[in-house]
Amino acid sequence: MEKRVVFRSAWLPYALVAPQIAVTIVFFFWPAVQAGWYSFQLQDAFGERTQFVGLANFAALFRDSNYLHSFQITAFFSMMVAGSGIAISLLLAAMADRVIRGALAYRTLLIWPYAVASAVAGVLWLFLFAPSIGIITFALRSIGINWDWVLQGNQAMLLVVIAATWKQISYNFLFFVAGLQSIPKSLIEAAAIDGAGPGRRFWTIVLPLLSPTAFFLLVVNIVYAFFDTFGVIDATTQGGPAGATQILVYKVYYDGVKAADLGGSSAQSVILMVIVIALTVVQFRYIERKVQY
Amino acid sequence: MVENRPWLTVMSHAVLITGILVISFPLYVTFVASTHTLDDILKVPMPLLPGHRLWENYWQALTAGTSKDVTAPVGRMMFNSLVMALVITFGKIAISIIASFAIVYFRFPLRNFFFWMIFVTLMLPVEVRIIPTFKVVSDLGMINSYVGLTLPLIASATATFLFRQFFLTVPEELAEAARIDGAGPMRFFWDVVLPLSKTSIAALFVIQFIYGWNQYLWPLLITTDESMYTAVIGIKRMIVTGDALTEWNLVMATAVLALLPPALVVLLMQRWFVKGLVETEK
Repeated sequence: MEKRVVFRSAWLPYALVAPQIAVTIVFFFWPAVQAGWYSFQLQDAFGERTQFVGLANFAALFRDSNYLHSFQITAFFSMMVAGSGIAISLLLAAMADRVIRGALAYRTLLIWPYAVASAVAGVLWLFLFAPSIGIITFALRSIGINWDWVLQGNQAMLLVVIAATWKQISYNFLFFVAGLQSIPKSLIEAAAIDGAGPGRRFWTIVLPLLSPTAFFLLVVNIVYAFFDTFGVIDATTQGGPAGATQILVYKVYYDGVKAADLGGSSAQSVILMVIVIALTVVQFRYIERKVQY
Repeated sequence: MVENRPWLTVMSHAVLITGILVISFPLYVTFVASTHTLDDILKVPMPLLPGHRLWENYWQALTAGTSKDVTAPVGRMMFNSLVMALVITFGKIAISIIASFAIVYFRFPLRNFFFWMIFVTLMLPVEVRIIPTFKVVSDLGMINSYVGLTLPLIASATATFLFRQFFLTVPEELAEAARIDGAGPMRFFWDVVLPLSKTSIAALFVIQFIYGWNQYLWPLLITTDESMYTAVIGIKRMIVTGDALTEWNLVMATAVLALLPPALVVLLMQRWFVKGLVETEK
C-alpha cells in the first residue's frame, strides 16, 4: 500500500530516517558483521593474536558434545515452556470466556506476571524452591521427595521451566481471550441447538477456530524460550548443574564473557542468528496467510 | 453464554480462582519474606503470614542496599531503571515515528532500502550478538554510562512497523487538505499526524516501558559500577551461592520494589497494554 499524496523535499526524509538508521548501523549491522568475522577467527588466550581459521570454529562446535547437548536441552526446554504455557493459558482463557461476573477482575489478576522481569521471576521461584530454606522444598520433603536442584539436573530443568512458563502465561492468556472473543457466537449457538454439549462444542468448533492463534503463540513462545529466558537461567541455575540447563543463549554468553572464547562464541551467535531468521520467516509466512483469510 | 449450566459456571470460577492463587503464590511468599527478619526466614518452614519488619527492610534496601554484597542503595538502582526505561521508551517512539513518517509520506531514493534495513533488525535480538555489540559499546567508551545503557536498545523495528501501519490508515484527504492549505510536511506532522497517533503512542509506551525496565542481559554486561546497576541487576548481585548467606529479607524487598513500577504501569494502563501487546505482534 502506498500513499497517493506525498510531500517533496530533497533532504528532509533523509534527516528523518537518519537517527534510526544510524543507531541500526552502529549497534546492529556493525556488531552482526563482526560476529560473522570473529566466527572465522581463532584468538590466543590473551587476545593478542588472531588467526584466520575458516570454518574451523563451526566444525569444532559440531564436534563438541557439550554444544550438541545444549541444542537438545534448548529444544526440550522450549517445547516444555511453549507446551505447558499454551495448555494452561488455554484452559484459563476458556474458563474466563464463560464467566461474566468478575471477568475484568480475573483478567487483571492474571496479566500482571507479564510485567515481572525474567530475572526477577527466576528469583521468586528460586526462593520457593531453594534447597535448604524454600517453602515448596519443605512441602516436597515432607511428602518424601528429595528436592535439591543444585545437584539434580532434571529438577533444575523443572525449576527453570516453571519460572519461564509462569511469566509467559499472561501473554498467552490475553491472545487466547482475544481469539475466543472473535469466534462468532452464532456457530456456538447453532451447535448447541443441534444438541452438542459444552465439551463437544469446545473440541469440534472452538479449538479448530483457535488453531491460528495457537500456532502463532507456539512460534512466539519458542522464540521467547530461546532468547528471553536468559534472565531466568542466569538468576537461578546459571546453566547448571553440569550443563543440565545450559540453553544455547546462555552458552553464547558463558563462552564469550566468562570463558573468553571469542571465536567459538561468535560462531554460536551466527548459528543463533540463522535460527532466529528461520523462526521469523515461519512467523511471517503464517501472518501472510492470516491476512488472506 | 449459550445455555445456563450452573455447575459449569461454578467450575469456571473455581478453575480461575485456583489459577490466580497458584500464579500469585510466588508474589505472596515474596511479600511475606520481605516483612520478616532474616532469622525468621531461615527457620524451616518460614512463616506464611506477614511479619512486622516491613518498613525496616524496605527502608534499608532503599537507602543502604544489603550489608555485605551490594552496598549501593536500591533507591539509586530504581532511579537508574527509571532513567533507562524512560529514555528507551521515548527514544524508541521518537526515532520510530519520524522514520516511519518519512517512509510513508515521502518518495525518495533508497526508501525501500532503509525500510528493509530497519526490518532486518527484528531478527537480531541483543542476545545473539552479545560480544560484538559489547565491544562496539566499549570501544565507544560507553561502559557504565546512561548512554551505553540506552542507546544500543533504542532502534526498534516493532515501533517503526506499528507507526507505518497506522499512517497507512490515515485518510489521504488529510494530507491533501494540508497541502492545499499550504502546510509543509513538518507542520502536517505536528498538527495532524502526531495528535492522531496518541493511542498508538500510549500503547507503545506501556510495552516499551516494561521492556526497558526489565532489561537484564544488556545492563549486566555494561554496568560494572554498583552505582550504575539497575534494580533487576541489583537483585541478581545480592544473591550469593549458598541459601543461608543471602540476605533474603532484603532481596525480597528489592524484588517487590523492582516489579512494582512495571506492574503498576500494566494495571493502571491495562487498556493500552492489551492494545499494545496485540498490535505490536501484527
